[in-house]
Amino acid sequence: MQILKLLLKNSFRHKLRTSLTVFGITIAILAFGLLRTVVSAWYAGVEASSATRLITRNSISIIFFLPLSYKEKIRQIPGVKNISYSCWFGGIYISEKNFIPNFAVDAKTVFELWPEFVLTDKQKNDFLHDRKACVAGRKIAEKYGWKIGDTITLRGTIFPGNWDFTLRGIYKGAYKSSDETQFFFHWDYLNESMKKTSPNRADQVGWYVVGVKNPDLAADVAAAIDKTFKNSLAETITETEKAFQQGFVSMTEAIVIAVRIVSFVVIIIIMAVMANTMAMTARERIGEYAIMKTLGFGEWHIAGLIFGESLIIAFTGCAFGIAATYPAANAFGDAMSTYFPIFNVQSETIYMDIAASLVVGLVAAVFPAWRAVKLSIADGLRRIG
Amino acid sequence: METKTAIVQIKNLFKSYKRGSQIIPVLQDITLDIADNEFMALMGPSGSGKSTLLNLIAGIDKVDSGSVSIEGIDITSLSETELAKWRSSHVGFIFQFYNLIPVLTAFENVELPLLLTGLSRKERKEHVRMALQIVNLTDRMDHYPSQLSGGQQQRVAIARAFVSDPAILVADEPTGDLDRVSAKEILDLMERLVHELGKTIIMVTHDPRAAEKAHIIRHLDKGVLNANTQAAS
Ligand SMILES: Nc1ncnc2c1ncn2[C@@H]1O[C@H](COP(=O)(O)OP(=O)(O)O)[C@@H](O)[C@H]1O
Ligand SMILES: [Mg+2]
Repeated sequence: MQILKLLLKNSFRHKLRTSLTVFGITIAILAFGLLRTVVSAWYAGVEASSATRLITRNSISIIFFLPLSYKEKIRQIPGVKNISYSCWFGGIYISEKNFIPNFAVDAKTVFELWPEFVLTDKQKNDFLHDRKACVAGRKIAEKYGWKIGDTITLRGTIFPGNWDFTLRGIYKGAYKSSDETQFFFHWDYLNESMKKTSPNRADQVGWYVVGVKNPDLAADVAAAIDKTFKNSLAETITETEKAFQQGFVSMTEAIVIAVRIVSFVVIIIIMAVMANTMAMTARERIGEYAIMKTLGFGEWHIAGLIFGESLIIAFTGCAFGIAATYPAANAFGDAMSTYFPIFNVQSETIYMDIAASLVVGLVAAVFPAWRAVKLSIADGLRRIG
Repeated sequence: METKTAIVQIKNLFKSYKRGSQIIPVLQDITLDIADNEFMALMGPSGSGKSTLLNLIAGIDKVDSGSVSIEGIDITSLSETELAKWRSSHVGFIFQFYNLIPVLTAFENVELPLLLTGLSRKERKEHVRMALQIVNLTDRMDHYPSQLSGGQQQRVAIARAFVSDPAILVADEPTGDLDRVSAKEILDLMERLVHELGKTIIMVTHDPRAAEKAHIIRHLDKGVLNANTQAAS
């Protein structure tokens, strides 16, 4: 028999008490993990966005368009590497509750500006050569069971009518943080229709996406673009994609802070529960610790037994909690995919789970261990004798 | 009677406890020699300080003044850590309520003190088997304390007390919780430890039958040791 065996036997001595405590820690770690994941999902758009991409939009509002003629003018500004453009289409797939972000894009340049959307060369080529082609992210293709070659119909809202597209590609995200829920098709296809049905809406784009040669000079390029269109019919605002996304997120900063605080409160609560369990346990075992001291076991052995037991319970709960976090996050992410296109448990969250459990285990053991170490053997023996 | 060397030498020992602002004197000016290989019984009314004296001899409590020398070592001058180490190899304990660790089997309970030694797993196993053989419990070594009778638990506790081969065993009312038959078994066993293994035993008891087994009986009354040494049977 080794001390470790005694440690394990001690830990699971009160099966009900230990199980309840482990269960409590499991739930706390699970809650902590999910809340942290919500926070990072909140920022996922910002994280995924690139600092080398600029967004140029109408200075009045994102819902106002810009003329297609700006494209060549922007391209000629020094520091600009490449340019693409998109337009929010706002089409509905079958029902309004199926939220799919869908855009009309410049098929020739879209993958140049978004290298994180990965497509096979064949699919890329098929998309480029079919006017009515569309490309969908892996996640939504899976969700709606779309296969290459399927016809997908979107009901237009901003652009009336039913629009049929042929799925020519399903892209994957290059990174875990890449959004795999987007849907896009040829802006040319949209524009041709507009030319026929409402010519005043033709040759308009939602925004330009500008790649810069040197990210350090992104601010200068942005200023140069906006200066070019100063006093023209449609003035522009240009900012990095990150700043653009950050603008959305900062509006909700208070909620994010609240979620963060709650995640730590959960840990503090479980720390109190755990400390109570350890205090009860150590009080009951005072006599046994006295016996062990009598046999010659030192302060470090006794403290080791109490800290060890506390850590075993905390880490058992932690392991269950982490194991539960992944399926729970998947289920949560699927249910909430409309709001959180990226809902991945990050490795930092797991490290924080482990760190939190370590702290909970240590803190809970400090007081009982101190008492057990300080208690004189004669006093300890009197309690059992 | 041949003269034996004293293995325990207590000189002018005083001990008191504080309870709040009160000081309760428990032992007063105890001077006592215990010879090697002795089986001594310590008797006296409840509260007279028997357990306290036993604890001081075993190095689990601190004297106020005076000295306690065991095998020539003044244990009152040792630090906590030194004392713990000393206890693990020099003294074995037997309690009234056995005080086995409930989650450990008989074997593991006996093995416990050996974990503090440098013995290998195999050596420990041999020592434990031998000890359990002496107390005649090899067939129960995988039983937990709750699966053993009181007498059997006390035999396991005795095996635990001598497994690390200390010269001295202290026993605080070892038969106090046992029926007559079991008590006799325990006393016979302790007698064997003195005769066959050469141990020195100091036993606190209320039981006259237990005291009969001892070579010497000393009486403690209100913290004072009676002068007359009564030789038992
Ligand atoms: N740790 C202690 N704190 C305070 N008083 C104690 C303590 N230990 C013993 N006493 C007191 O010392 C006296 C002797 O106790 P003890 O040695 O246990 O007696 P006995 O074993 O002879 O019954 C008693 O009055 C008891 O209340
Ligand atoms: Mg007593």
